[in-house]
Amino acid sequence: MFITALKEAIFIGIPALLLFGPVTGLILNGYEIIVDWQRPILLTLVVMVGRFLVSLGSSTEKGKHILESFSRKRSANVSVSTTQTTLPPLAIAGILCVAALLPFFLGNYWLNVLILALIYVLLGLGLNIVVGLAGLLDLGFVAFYAVGAYGFALGHEYLGLGFWTAIPFGAGLAACFGAVLGFPVLRMHGDYLAIVTLGFGEIIRLVLNNWMSFTGGPNGVSAPLPTFFGMEFTSRAKQGGVPYHEVLGPIIGIDYSRSARYIFVYLILLIVVSLMVIFVVRLKNMPIGRAWEALREDEIACRSLGINHVTVKLSAFSMGAMVGGIGGVFFAASQGFVNPTSFTFFESALILAIVVLGGLGSTIGVITAAVLLTILPELLRDFSDYRVLIFGLAMVMMMVWRPRGLLKIRRPAFKLGRSA
Amino acid sequence: MDPYIIGQQLVNGLILGAIYGLIAIGYTMVYGIIGMINFAHGEIYMISAYLTAIFLATLSMVGIDSVFFALTLTLALAILFTGLYGWAVERIAYRPLRGSTRLAPLISAIGMSLVLQNYIRLSQGARNQGVPAVMEGGFRIPPSGSEQFIQITNIQLVIVVVAVLSMAALTYIMQRTSLGRSCRATQQDIVMAQLLGVNTDRIISIVFVIGASMGAVAGVLVSLNYGSFDFHVGFVTGIKAFTAAVLGGIGSLPGAMLGGVVLGLSESFFSGFVNTDYKDVFAFSILVLVLIFRPSGLLGTPEVEKV
Amino acid sequence: MLTVSELSMRFGGIQALKDVHFSVPEQSITALIGPNGAGKTTVFNCVTGFYRATSGTIRLAATEGGHYDLIKILGTPFQSSDLLNPTAFAHRLYYKLFGGSHQVTRRGVARTFQNVRLFREMTVVENLLVAQHQQLNRNVLAGLFNAKSYLTSEKRALEKARRWLNAFDLLDDANRLAGELPYGHQRRLEIARAMCTDPRIICLDEPAAGLNPNETDELNGLIRMLRDQHGVTVLLIEHDMSLVMDISDHVVVLDHGEVIASGDPWEIQNNPTVLEAYLGVEEESGETE
Repeated sequence: MFITALKEAIFIGIPALLLFGPVTGLILNGYEIIVDWQRPILLTLVVMVGRFLVSLGSSTEKGKHILESFSRKRSANVSVSTTQTTLPPLAIAGILCVAALLPFFLGNYWLNVLILALIYVLLGLGLNIVVGLAGLLDLGFVAFYAVGAYGFALGHEYLGLGFWTAIPFGAGLAACFGAVLGFPVLRMHGDYLAIVTLGFGEIIRLVLNNWMSFTGGPNGVSAPLPTFFGMEFTSRAKQGGVPYHEVLGPIIGIDYSRSARYIFVYLILLIVVSLMVIFVVRLKNMPIGRAWEALREDEIACRSLGINHVTVKLSAFSMGAMVGGIGGVFFAASQGFVNPTSFTFFESALILAIVVLGGLGSTIGVITAAVLLTILPELLRDFSDYRVLIFGLAMVMMMVWRPRGLLKIRRPAFKLGRSA
Repeated sequence: MDPYIIGQQLVNGLILGAIYGLIAIGYTMVYGIIGMINFAHGEIYMISAYLTAIFLATLSMVGIDSVFFALTLTLALAILFTGLYGWAVERIAYRPLRGSTRLAPLISAIGMSLVLQNYIRLSQGARNQGVPAVMEGGFRIPPSGSEQFIQITNIQLVIVVVAVLSMAALTYIMQRTSLGRSCRATQQDIVMAQLLGVNTDRIISIVFVIGASMGAVAGVLVSLNYGSFDFHVGFVTGIKAFTAAVLGGIGSLPGAMLGGVVLGLSESFFSGFVNTDYKDVFAFSILVLVLIFRPSGLLGTPEVEKV
Repeated sequence: MLTVSELSMRFGGIQALKDVHFSVPEQSITALIGPNGAGKTTVFNCVTGFYRATSGTIRLAATEGGHYDLIKILGTPFQSSDLLNPTAFAHRLYYKLFGGSHQVTRRGVARTFQNVRLFREMTVVENLLVAQHQQLNRNVLAGLFNAKSYLTSEKRALEKARRWLNAFDLLDDANRLAGELPYGHQRRLEIARAMCTDPRIICLDEPAAGLNPNETDELNGLIRMLRDQHGVTVLLIEHDMSLVMDISDHVVVLDHGEVIASGDPWEIQNNPTVLEAYLGVEEESGETE
């Protein structure tokens, strides 16, 4: 038993050493090589010890039991119940209160991190409609995020749009983009759709990058700061309004603070995110949401029931795009500036990672994943280099072990009378 | 239009096309056999570019000076090690997902692609890497002193020769050997092949290794030609090679080669005569248009949906 | 009710169907039988719009007189004559963009599948609600604000689901996941789900496959119930000859993509051509039971 475990460890060690050897052991330095023989050996040892422990574990009863809990679960863990949320209302109210009060105790840096986290929640919710509910893999989601952000920035520059008009404008524009791009594309099946959306995402970024005269190219465009009933959150008015401390100062006695604009954006974002969560949760139990999930389960059966798969997919696609567009408007408003580097494929992959790690289709999971994935890297600065590597590994591992997410999936139960 | 410029773009396009074709083979073979897009294939090509630089530098460090010998050895080593990476990717990220939903392997592939990119970035550094110009010179048509000419470098000749040789070798393997027969049988009907005693898991592994080896050849050739690369190169080249595979008809080997050449030529003419900035947009647009209007590509057969 | 004439279907070089013609009378039970590979499911796929036939016509009588052309609905290639005839062009464009098998269902043709296709990770009730998608209030705003029209439409849908579950004896499974039901229940659920689309004709693809004799008997009763109580026309493919001979009013026999006989069950049983085509099939049907 011990010997077999050792054998298996060596068996896996040889390819591991060959894989790690040249890439981690021979480091390019110009046209020269620096030899670092420790790294590959260390990595190989990690793999071998892991394999050894697993082999050893699977030969004892207790070990088997532990390994069993890590084994692959193909079918989802589903429960049917009449309650709709997994959290009691009191807990939700508590979380909201804490979230609303948080910005007043934080510096600008962390405030920005929180704003970003909320934007990712919004993007995660949007992509979750497309990938989690409708089962359409969209690898170019960042395109709609870009449309929202640029819609606000360029809309201000050319049409004089303000922040409040930009929200519906950005949302509508992104939804239109989604519909126009989606219509021809949504007829094709899963894998092709993924690649085509990826292509679209890149096309939009490249156009933003190269159309100097309209978008400012790599230099980007500036976006105005948000206002609230004519109040501006700067020390001096720049957009023809009044600075907020001149209005509110006499009434409630507050002075100008540099974090005011961030607090303002954060609070608005918090409200929008809460509304969006309600919206998405409600959607799931409406005919359209049911049709999305049915489409994910079996497209052919859907067609046999008179459901036009193209328009139903299209509704999911443009609904997701709309949410992404709103996220983009807030991104532009909080940064005060947009350029194409914020909209690379990596960003799409990150949003996808949020949806996958949160568990496809789970709203609570997506919110948790979005917050964790933006805040953890800030806390663990030392590991920031390894951030993406870990995301990638986590995505692979999720697909291998828990393709339907870590949380229990709940489905609504219906009360039916026994007799007519 | 100037015939020399057209000729030059023709040469550049063919070179580019040969590279795309080589990488496209990896996409097309994997798609043909298990019906999934191996999204991490672009990264395999990127790893091969790094391995080329590493092996060339190592060989010159241990004192191998003969260019021919160094190049052949590098090519062989790159194929070997990149093939190993192809094998490992399939074992880790795809095999456990067999029989899962359609979405799972794609997401896993994207995860793998992120992992490979950052694995290289962390172990080799984020800066640009390069390969010294090991082979210089070339010739011009017409040969002497004229103002206008078409330039063909020796490396470009090597690229064409190596690409044609490897494609010929692959065609031979697939058409004439029992291994190729098993591959084609598995592609036709995986369950039936299994019933007839083909070890389909092994065949799928081999297909990944073959695809990776072809990507490795492309990686070596590109590094020699352009000299410089970073850990991002796999992404854009990967999508373009996938475009080539789709253009030729995914699942078809001659299709991949044809698609590569067509895409290489059109991209080269587009950037030569229309606009260089938008050449990637042009390639991606081709991808989108082909998938919308002719998803079966130039040589593929239309899929019949199973109800 | 349904008239199929000169129906041909080619896949690449293979001629799967050749001049298939038959008609299904209103409120009848018609069985489509034939040896394996005779093209029965291909006929089904053509009738329900999953395949576009290479040539021929499939007409479905409309309730208000006249008939629908079930092939045109799938979207046909543009013709040069369309240039002169803008209405024909507009029709063709519309069906090209929005046509497809779902449009066939909306005309009153429902179907089930040989290998049951349920929404496995949704509950039984949800399966039936999805089937009523077309009849529901799908307005997102109405749903968001719980508008009265939305609530009544949902209520009506639930009531209809309850009725069909009751009819198919599935009420106890209402809130279970479709994928975890026993196989026989899944088969019944699929028919119930198809019935929720309010079809006038329902196409059952081997409804008794995999059922035990008791369940087959129950199914027999259910199919009769559909016709007698709900006025639905039934077209079915079946290998179980005793079931076919027992419930069909009309039998069509296919072999090698061609109709070799049609008539009432007694005629078919005594038709020498059919016996020839079926020689040796007796044992096969014994296996499936």
